[in-house]
Amino acid sequence: MLETLATTWLSLPDYARSTVWIVVITVVLIICVALLTLWERKVIGWMQLRRGPNRVRLFGLLPGMGQPFADVLKLLMKEVVIPTNSNKFLFRLAPIIALVPAFAAWAVIPLSPTVVVSKADAGLLYLLSLTSMGVYGVIIAGWAANSKYAFLGAMRSAAQMLAYEIAMGFALVGVLMATGSMNLGTIVRTQEGGLLSWNWSWLFPLLMVYFISGIAETNRAPFDVAEGESEIVAGFHVEYSGIAFALFFLAEYANMILISTLTAVFFFGGWQGPLQGYPGLGDTFLGQPSFLWLFLKVFCLLFLFLWFRATFPRYRYDQIMRLGWKALIPVTLVWIGVEMLLAVYRIGPWSRPWFQ
Amino acid sequence: MLIEALFYVFGAILIAAALAVISARNPVYSALALVMCFITSAAIWLLIEAEFLAVVLVLVYVGAVMVLFLFVVMMLDVNLAELRQGFTRFAWLGWLTALAVILEIVGVVWARGGLGIDAGRGATPTAPTYSNTLELGRVLYTRYAYPFELAAMLLLVAIVAAIALTMRRRPGLKKQDVSRQVAVRRADRLRIVKMDAEKRS
Repeated sequence: MLETLATTWLSLPDYARSTVWIVVITVVLIICVALLTLWERKVIGWMQLRRGPNRVRLFGLLPGMGQPFADVLKLLMKEVVIPTNSNKFLFRLAPIIALVPAFAAWAVIPLSPTVVVSKADAGLLYLLSLTSMGVYGVIIAGWAANSKYAFLGAMRSAAQMLAYEIAMGFALVGVLMATGSMNLGTIVRTQEGGLLSWNWSWLFPLLMVYFISGIAETNRAPFDVAEGESEIVAGFHVEYSGIAFALFFLAEYANMILISTLTAVFFFGGWQGPLQGYPGLGDTFLGQPSFLWLFLKVFCLLFLFLWFRATFPRYRYDQIMRLGWKALIPVTLVWIGVEMLLAVYRIGPWSRPWFQ
Repeated sequence: MLIEALFYVFGAILIAAALAVISARNPVYSALALVMCFITSAAIWLLIEAEFLAVVLVLVYVGAVMVLFLFVVMMLDVNLAELRQGFTRFAWLGWLTALAVILEIVGVVWARGGLGIDAGRGATPTAPTYSNTLELGRVLYTRYAYPFELAAMLLLVAIVAAIALTMRRRPGLKKQDVSRQVAVRRADRLRIVKMDAEKRS
């Protein structure tokens, strides 16, 4: 049974296999977003000595497991209110524009040694261009709603994303220098050799910059001025209700997962096992590359997102701009200079054979 | 066959979007149509396997330049009636420019045909191992290294000039000094006044 399945799978043409993977990734991602919202509420609840959602059960499983699904059902049932003086076409279009880049980016991400939808050579650039397109959903939503609060939120978000995108891009230039490729599969493969040969060790400042910019780019706390409740109600999606609001929510959480995955791929060796190449334990599953490792890394990084939200107070707007332009970008520039020296003297990742 | 069909689809979208840029009544729609133009031209570039250029077009123009455009257009309260006034008066200039561009394109196609390159046939497919990005990088950093660096310097000069032009120091301008903000102590801001309790009347 399994063997016939495997042979039919392998005999399928490329586009059919890609399509199947796209469907699988999309569905799994949406379920992950649902579970992530629950996990967030639980984790923040525990941090604040509460229980978090614990009423809705799913098939009698853990208490609270059904909460995200109940929420989705509720949002689906609600009316989507379209403000009278809004720009109706763009108002409807905005949530979709916000959602598309968050999902399209998964096309080039290597999930395991064999599974990747597209082995694009300019994968890194593709990712950069898609993450930079996420801002359109926010701007268009803010403008189309024809509301002051929404517009203020959109303006804040646009300025913030533009600023942090640059830091993000520079951090990725560092990754590019260390791995010598823009193909994400190759980037993961060059980090082969266990915990210490992953990029994080030699590119630690860039890792910090990348992750911080990632949090800013997804408009998460403490950088969530775009939807700062205490100042501008809910920011850019203040006029959205029902499932239109849920789509923004979905995009935000999908982006969180995306940024965590990218951090894992660029700095923590993607699907590489942590003890690869170590004597003894390296021969067990601890050294084997598999999807499990990517999943674990992404899970830990996502936890950081939630942890930060529960810990830090919101940044003031001018402080955000200052951090982006005057702290993160100089750090990346300095570290790129350091990398140049390392590359010239063949230290660290540059001592690997493929740089000779 | 599929590639050609896709080319015509994207070409049609591109032309429609380009027309929308100049004919839309709302400047925000114009800016969004321009975004559409960039994305479809990137798609057309992808069809001729110029993936680096295509992705960079989206990255630079859609991801950065047009966001700023949109930013400005949304903030401005543009008076449409006033904007439309000179539309027909300068139409001849527009037609002239369009004619010049068409002549140039025809000239290029014709000249390339003369060189023995069949411009109507589309790009020759490259080997799967061929990396557009790698090749471009190789050429840019070896053969064209000096022009490339020169272009970078020009951009730097432009940035410095733009900042120098827009940075004004008005007298009496209030600015935040973050190091002073951080260094502030309680004694600088807070004064505790001892007061006798009020007598109940």
